[in-house]
Amino acid sequence: MIAIPANPGRGHLLRCGPGESILDISKHQAIGGFLALRKALSMQPAALIDEVKKASIRGRGGAGFPAGTKWSFLPKDNLKPRYLVINADEGEPGTFKDRYFLAQDPFALLEGIAISAFAIGAHTAFIYVRGEFVSEMRVLEEAIEQMRRAGALGRSVLGSTFALEIYVHPGAGAYVCGEESALLESIEGKPGRPRNRPPFPAVAGLWGCPTIINNVETMACVRLALQHGAEAFLAMGLPRDGGPKIYGLSGHVKRPGLFEAPLGLTLRTLIYDFGGGTLDDRPIKGIIPGGSSTPVLGPEALDTPMDFDSMKAAGSMLGTAATTVFTEGTCPVAVLVRIARFYAHESCGQCTPCREGTGWLERLVESIEHGTGRPGDADLLLSAANQILGNTICALGDAAALPVISFVNRFRDDFEAHITGQRCPYGAA
Amino acid sequence: MALAFSPDTERAFDRIVRRYPNLRAALIPTLFLADREFGYLSREAMEYVARRLELPPSWVLNTATFYTMLRKRPTGRNHIQVCVNVACYLRGADQLGDHLKKQLGIGFGEVTADGLFSLEGVQCLAACGTAPAMQVNDVYHEDMTIQKVDALIESLRLAPQTSGAATGQGGAR
Repeated sequence: MIAIPANPGRGHLLRCGPGESILDISKHQAIGGFLALRKALSMQPAALIDEVKKASIRGRGGAGFPAGTKWSFLPKDNLKPRYLVINADEGEPGTFKDRYFLAQDPFALLEGIAISAFAIGAHTAFIYVRGEFVSEMRVLEEAIEQMRRAGALGRSVLGSTFALEIYVHPGAGAYVCGEESALLESIEGKPGRPRNRPPFPAVAGLWGCPTIINNVETMACVRLALQHGAEAFLAMGLPRDGGPKIYGLSGHVKRPGLFEAPLGLTLRTLIYDFGGGTLDDRPIKGIIPGGSSTPVLGPEALDTPMDFDSMKAAGSMLGTAATTVFTEGTCPVAVLVRIARFYAHESCGQCTPCREGTGWLERLVESIEHGTGRPGDADLLLSAANQILGNTICALGDAAALPVISFVNRFRDDFEAHITGQRCPYGAA
Repeated sequence: MALAFSPDTERAFDRIVRRYPNLRAALIPTLFLADREFGYLSREAMEYVARRLELPPSWVLNTATFYTMLRKRPTGRNHIQVCVNVACYLRGADQLGDHLKKQLGIGFGEVTADGLFSLEGVQCLAACGTAPAMQVNDVYHEDMTIQKVDALIESLRLAPQTSGAATGQGGAR
């Protein structure tokens, strides 16, 4: 059993509650700021990477890949410059956690970046921020300037021989740029079309140089693991999923928002204890547990722990742990229309199965919702989705296919009722 | 008249190009500067950016047309973007969108005759915990209701007319 925090609105990662912020560097320093960075700079980079491996930090961008392992993919004999790139292109529908760091707690992110850059030997870091986050970019640039003035950035980070510059780079409205190789293309000034791998970015990333791409929350976790030590960090989560996690909650709940708890929190605790239950106490119809690309679950999954392995075993994914809930009375086909339209809109058009398939899925789901679906369309949806799955360069194709497959399988009766009745029985269309 | 950056924008441009090992990487931030300075990215604006960054105009066009936030046509002075994705949908985004269309007399993708407002349905703004959300130019408006939308429209009508409905300054303080 994991320990449930009494006040999940704040914690180790969520240092600020709603409406609070740490925008002044002295405030960050007053609560232990830069202790972790000082500790890191006193260590050998290899020992630092071992510490991050020991902390078992799994990437917080959705895929859950161990951060320390990713770092160890950097080639040892490559003399080109190394880059650290932070993915702050938060765009997976349902997800709104990284924005917290950018807007309210930028120093937790920046200190984590400095530690990580030192560990991997990068002297330049780019934070790729989605273009809509204009005020967040201003906050970040001001925080970077404060760090420079305090000697925590620049030619000599905190008096050490380590030099580091951190730059903010804007995205411009393309979900696919959250995919790491598309993000690199975008920084290079090109359309954000994912690259074929190999080579992986750790070998040939930004301008062909070794590059590590990590999520915003992962950086905050690195800082936390250094500050408290790998063992203490590990103890805040599960043996294979170290540390605390920020959970997001949205949709038909009384108290939507961000909450911090150890990895392995149950959906029930998140929705009913932290979120105060559903609107009007209606029964739950569907739970999208970790962003719109993660397969939809039902109320039977309420006691499933939210960690990478348990959510996979339950037939879905932890993703970004951004849970969206909808209650009975909601048309699941109408919900899927929004999701299918999103992926069709955001497909970069590079791979035929995704470019053509996502548009096809969108049109089919829309036609079912509007009462013009034909018998067999539910199976056609499954067939089209299955032909996208695994047949594209990046994961956007899978992200489009998985929700369709899970919605049709779970809500098959609803789909058939639309088709046989030639209208939306919920009156949503 | 030939297009040119103002002195302020010129300083921002200098800061941007210094960050990267080549000029092409400065393209998206520079397109944001041009978008803000010239109101939108006309063909002339894109050609100007191409000259400044020593890139073929076709490369600039290729990138500019890939990204939705880089405006290829003018918007209203107040560019209202309503999130229509799933979390906002579940909290009444369609009602907000319909109300705005009625109040402004325009549909998504249109501009009011006086040029004061344009309206657009956009994908997830990453404000799902404070849904429904919308963005007017650079500014987020969250936990929206019909009443809050009405008050916002009223305040925008009365606001002094500042120049340019710029979307996204793009890290170029």
